Amino acid sequence: MNSIDFSHKAVEMVDVVKKFGDFTANDRINLTVHKGEVHALLGENGAGKTTLMNVLYGLYQPTEGAVRINGKPLSVKDPNVAIKNGIGMVHQHFMLVEPFTVTQNIILGNETTKMLGMIDIKKAESEIAALSERYGLAVDPKAVIQDLSVGAQQRVEILKTLYRGAQILILDEPTAVLTPQEIQELVGIIHNLTREGKSIIIITHKLKEIKQVADFCTIIRRGKHIDTVEVDQVTEEDLASKMVGREVSFKVEKDPQPQGDRILEIRDLVVEDSRGIPAVNGLNLDLYKGEILGIAGVDGNGQTELIEALTGLRPAKSGQALVREKEITNLTPGKIIQQHGISHIPEDRQKRGLIFEFDIAENLILENYATEAFSKGFTLDFKRIYRNADQLIEKFDIRPQNSKLAAKALSGGNQQKMIIAREVANDPDILIAAQPTRGLDVGAIEYVHKALVDQRNQGKAVLLISFELDEVINVSDRIAVIYEGKIVGIIDAHDADEKEIGLMMAGGTA
Amino acid sequence: METLIKDIGFIIGTTLMYSTPLIFTSLGGVITERSGVVNIGLEGMMYFGAFAGAAAAYFYQDPWIGLAFAGVGGMILGLIHAIACVSFSAEQIVSGIAINFLGPGAALFISRMLFDGATQTLTIPNKMPLPLDFLFGEGNLFPSSGFMDLVFNRFATVYIAFFLVFLVWFVLYRTKVGMRVRAVGENPEAAMTLGISVTRIRYGAVMMSGLFAGLGGAAMSIAVVSRFSNTLISGHGFIALAAMIFGKWKPQGALLACLLFGGAKGLEIFLGSKGVPIPGDILAMLPYILTIVILVGLVGQTTPPGAIGKIFDKSEHS
Repeated sequence: MNSIDFSHKAVEMVDVVKKFGDFTANDRINLTVHKGEVHALLGENGAGKTTLMNVLYGLYQPTEGAVRINGKPLSVKDPNVAIKNGIGMVHQHFMLVEPFTVTQNIILGNETTKMLGMIDIKKAESEIAALSERYGLAVDPKAVIQDLSVGAQQRVEILKTLYRGAQILILDEPTAVLTPQEIQELVGIIHNLTREGKSIIIITHKLKEIKQVADFCTIIRRGKHIDTVEVDQVTEEDLASKMVGREVSFKVEKDPQPQGDRILEIRDLVVEDSRGIPAVNGLNLDLYKGEILGIAGVDGNGQTELIEALTGLRPAKSGQALVREKEITNLTPGKIIQQHGISHIPEDRQKRGLIFEFDIAENLILENYATEAFSKGFTLDFKRIYRNADQLIEKFDIRPQNSKLAAKALSGGNQQKMIIAREVANDPDILIAAQPTRGLDVGAIEYVHKALVDQRNQGKAVLLISFELDEVINVSDRIAVIYEGKIVGIIDAHDADEKEIGLMMAGGTA
Repeated sequence: METLIKDIGFIIGTTLMYSTPLIFTSLGGVITERSGVVNIGLEGMMYFGAFAGAAAAYFYQDPWIGLAFAGVGGMILGLIHAIACVSFSAEQIVSGIAINFLGPGAALFISRMLFDGATQTLTIPNKMPLPLDFLFGEGNLFPSSGFMDLVFNRFATVYIAFFLVFLVWFVLYRTKVGMRVRAVGENPEAAMTLGISVTRIRYGAVMMSGLFAGLGGAAMSIAVVSRFSNTLISGHGFIALAAMIFGKWKPQGALLACLLFGGAKGLEIFLGSKGVPIPGDILAMLPYILTIVILVGLVGQTTPPGAIGKIFDKSEHS
């Protein structure tokens, strides 16, 4: 527990309502944050967390309700007023000017000038250096943003708020883009900040991190205030079920099942990355029907290139990948999908999984639009296309249930459901799932895991690639550890030991 | 030998003279595009500025008043572009095209009213002054028609243009306002969350670009020549636009590019005056051919401002 001053209410939001037309994004939400407190705001994607914070930061006007800062009523009209009242926000998608330096980004809108209106960059740089030292936010004031790591960019965002004298910091999904090490650094920074009497509101749907840093947690579901709890008094399961509105199981249920015939055989596969360096370097792997084979590994050990070679998106330099003894390397994606029965849930669903501007129905036939099922001669058969969409929307519980809605209007979880629906509807023999739960909340994660297990239970082969070791251990039947483009060990998931796998992932021998 | 030096002086001098209108307009382009608003309406603004400048210089018999009218005229068209693109989120290219019809249309319409139905103004009584003229000629520092005279005895607009290159660079890269303009052009959302008004910055920048393009037009009609005619501008605004891109959206880069294009014009006039057996029409194509060759061949990869041409709608964000 941080040193909280319970007599000092830094933020009070009382019965805040925010409507967008007919849609109520926030429905009577109450939130109190004391000085020195870390308060988590928990909710599924689209529950209204970010809307609430945008109300606090002055980007939105509340339809009803009151906001008080340090006991004083505040009508925030624009970000300037929020900034003046000591509120700072670190957005999920960083608000940085990429070609500018760290210092320029931090002082923007709040510049100190000398004669002729010239910016006093030297002075600003030394102020920022002092500030970063004080809070342990290591960053070079002269560095250009586009050269910085994501973690360092986030530190710049935090410095931006501190430079403006923020006492209340809103962090929107701060860990979504960080590596595990960077997350630990952030936890340290948060402790430094509360020690100085700052209050922190952290928007997240990651339960582990709430347990780790937050003192209190307010749960929002579909725009409504569900509960505010003291984090020490509840379990992760409690938080999850409050968030989703039903019991959530973290354990993936699956019955043991005998291994089927070998369906995919990878022999001495070499795949080069975009720079021409072999990222997959003599990889050997077998995949059997009726199993989920998880590939564990640290990001950048050849996972992406392996998937791309198997799906025809990247040429293989040498070696073979055989599906039912037939070579698939260097075939076009279309052939691999249609003739060899491989389906692919891509790593980057927004870039490769769907077309943002197309509607759900169109996205659902991206692979099959030219087949007889959806076209008559030269033209598309929209009746069938929309009928197909309605069926899949029903079966895979895609929300909202409107096949004419553009893909970009869906939440991340529902976009993923749509991709899974499309890929599974193809009735593949092999399903390659790359980072299938990235950025999803617990409810959606549970759904995706179930879908993978379903495929396995039907006797299909599933290749799961994930950077989350918990996920790999939980979902897989067998685990293959990838390191520097090679499989360095295969373990039965039953007797998987997290430490042992972790060591192998780092290149050590178990 | 002496002829050669004089010829070089002549070419440099005409280069400076013909570059000047481009420099003004190009600087306008730098300012607006740095704020994230594309302005292909520079041509139309330049056209209108050329007319307004010449007409005012004719009636008031004062080139400075002409220059002021040209600036304000361009600025009004800039305001229209800003209203369309910033307040009403219009497609910037389309609005620019409209300006390119509106500028000449308005100029010719007013010209016909003021000058008895003519699509050109009468000759202005006083051109832009030559501020350094006292240095040259009999009994002065440098002889008349010598190298120094040919190069440096130039209209005031030439010196103003070079000074403005420095001023625009200084404002963009050394001052608060300039940093905000560039930030808005790269990432308007980031600027907005820091309490900067994207609308105000963009209005200012687009109007400034109109002002500069207007001055560029006048630098043509009341300095290079001494009247406005309907073919006077014929593509100079577009060349200035190309120069800005060739100059990588930087004032100093735009300056160099404009000098290059001006140089092509200088060469054209020199070759024409020497009676080189190349048809004049072909020579006149030189600056335009150079534009295409340079844009295709030499510019290569450039990085425009991050948010250029993108419509910024506050309510859609965050």
